[in-house]
Amino acid sequence: MTIPDTVPVLGMTWNDLLFLFLAGVLLGSALLVVTLRDIIRCGIALVAAFGALAGIYVMLGAPLVAAAQVLVYIGAIAVLILFAIMLTQAKNAPVRLVFQTQAVPATIAAVVLAVIVALSVTATDWGEVGQRVATATDALARLLFNQYVLPLEVVSVLLLAAVIGGVFLAKREDRDA
Amino acid sequence: MSQSLDAYLVLAGILFAIGSFGFLARRNAISMLMSIELMINAVNLAIVAFGAFVPELNVDASVIALMVMAVAAAEATVGLAIVMAIYRNRRTPLVDEYDAMRQ
Repeated sequence: MTIPDTVPVLGMTWNDLLFLFLAGVLLGSALLVVTLRDIIRCGIALVAAFGALAGIYVMLGAPLVAAAQVLVYIGAIAVLILFAIMLTQAKNAPVRLVFQTQAVPATIAAVVLAVIVALSVTATDWGEVGQRVATATDALARLLFNQYVLPLEVVSVLLLAAVIGGVFLAKREDRDA
Repeated sequence: MSQSLDAYLVLAGILFAIGSFGFLARRNAISMLMSIELMINAVNLAIVAFGAFVPELNVDASVIALMVMAVAAAEATVGLAIVMAIYRNRRTPLVDEYDAMRQ
């Protein structure tokens, strides 16, 4: 049997349905990250948001960026954040107040920001084409190691500095020294 | 919908707004770092979307997105190390109790 061109009941294309699903998961888990009371669950929701974003990168035709998203964000940054949560959350810490007193102005500011961005984005002509263009990975590799080779090396030095700085900052200080 | 740049950019804008809300409203320092990660991801989504829909930017956008990811990883490392260092001294992860410079 063949799959029909459009979703049977809803009448939209499969790509649109997938986009709506991934966008819903992304925004829903992002809202959970900023609103949940238990910070461990915030970390888990952050992993879900990163995964949905990797799916959107695949939809946009950038599979290498999606793979890097899974490796770097889910594999490294989310695990690092979960470790830091477990090391810093004391059981007797007051969890009653999750939000600052400025939460209401922050909500208003965020909603205004989202509306302004949406209005200005839809009102601007970006010179785009109506069809997505997939990124060829070999062209990406050529560009990365020819034209962008200096930024690549600078980034590697930055990562080395970040590793050394992180170890230095998180190192337990010797009380006697 | 999935074939228009505007949908992806609006999605990125909403994600950025959610992250900025979390950064402004949460009390926990690690929650604020997670909100920063959300904002960085929103910007990255906008970059990749531009690369997919504007042909002149196609390959460059992926390169820039990879660079942003590396810088975000460095930022997360140093930020979390700073939070751990402060936690060892003050015994609390809540940023509104970091008031040593106000007294």
